[in-house]
Amino acid sequence: MITAQSQPALSRGVKLRFDQAREAWVLLAPERMFALDQPSTEILKLVDGERTVEAISDDLAARFNAPRDVILADVVTFLEDLRQKGAVRS
Amino acid sequence: MTPAPPLALLAELTHRCPLKCPYCSNPLELERASAELSTDDWKRVLSEAAELGVLQVHFSGGEPMARRDLVQLVRHAASVDLYSNLITSGVMLTEAALAELVEAGVDHIQLSFQDAEVESAERLGGLRGAQQKKLDAARFIRAAGLPLTTNFVIHRQNVDRLEQMIALAEQLGSARMEVAHTQYYGWGLLNRDALLPTREQLERSTAVVEAARVRLGASMVIDYVVPDYYAARPKACMSGWGRRFMNISPAGKALPCHAAETLPNLTFPSVREQSLRQIWNSSEAFETFRGTSWMPDPCRTCDLREVDWGGCRCQALALTGDARRADPVCERSPDRHAITAALGSARDNAAWAPRQPRTPA
Repeated sequence: MITAQSQPALSRGVKLRFDQAREAWVLLAPERMFALDQPSTEILKLVDGERTVEAISDDLAARFNAPRDVILADVVTFLEDLRQKGAVRS
Repeated sequence: MTPAPPLALLAELTHRCPLKCPYCSNPLELERASAELSTDDWKRVLSEAAELGVLQVHFSGGEPMARRDLVQLVRHAASVDLYSNLITSGVMLTEAALAELVEAGVDHIQLSFQDAEVESAERLGGLRGAQQKKLDAARFIRAAGLPLTTNFVIHRQNVDRLEQMIALAEQLGSARMEVAHTQYYGWGLLNRDALLPTREQLERSTAVVEAARVRLGASMVIDYVVPDYYAARPKACMSGWGRRFMNISPAGKALPCHAAETLPNLTFPSVREQSLRQIWNSSEAFETFRGTSWMPDPCRTCDLREVDWGGCRCQALALTGDARRADPVCERSPDRHAITAALGSARDNAAWAPRQPRTPA
């Protein structure tokens, strides 16, 4: 489970990449890909296996001037969904 | 209007393969080595694919490791920023060969198994000693730190051992497992009577997968492909004709799916003569069944026409004789009786033919 204290990382073989043709970021995984909107992209850019979910949320809340508890809940939901799909590990 | 670019390229490097699986999706007329694209042709295709907007390449076959230039092609794919998947039987995957592929930048390997039980696996694949080579290959892949997908094609002859297959996939450390019921094209269609499972087998396999998913959670993700003959609605074959995928045959034909060469009255362009962009955007072959305007009834007015895109053209051809008809799997198709007949004709003692070149070399 992803919690506020998790230090999430991309799973092996998963890459965050800018897709020139579609002018958007995309997460590439074994035989799969996930198209990303801007908020998802901003979260994944901070996923490095070191930062905690809390730290990621603090960073986003400060930069986007948004309520931290709302951001934290969104980050947990988004990363837990990717974890269940095998793209992120906690 | 220019269509959205493809997301993935299926590079069928060769039809050569040491295995003889009776469900192989390759066409019955296997391409000879002398007709295959050159290394430079493939490098150009990979560059053009990346330029066009393709994000992933699947190196497949036949056995892609039968191509001596595979490492060069993987390196080239990495150099143009394509994510590379290697789809292999593993019987040629030595530790040294794997080290070269890793150094060249392969991102992920899908390793196929014919069964969990050695004798059955080697009878199906037609190669003695294959199972141990696959088990070794899985170990090398994991030791190299690459993500491993294990793939099991299931059918009437092996589906009753699905639990053992899942246990094997877990034991090998697969992050992902594909459990794919056979699809009936190419050799699979030829051997359909021996391969189609019973309804009880299908229902049991679905229950086994569901239970395993609950037990395993994210520790091993299982992708499950059902045999569409038992479905009420057709699959969205290739996510729709000319929408996501482009398949290149060993001889360089650009196809919307790997079975498309069976379709009559369609000429598939060669990557030797045209760029991928020209082929994708404006070839007749890719335009013919793209979107919904080609559809006859009942698809034309169906509320699901942009969900399943009319199902599979090759299946419509194979079972009704007309590629333009609705996929006969659909319960709204007037040809559903063709599916009913196939289900009635499958049996335990049906003979099957191993995949092999049909024309003398």
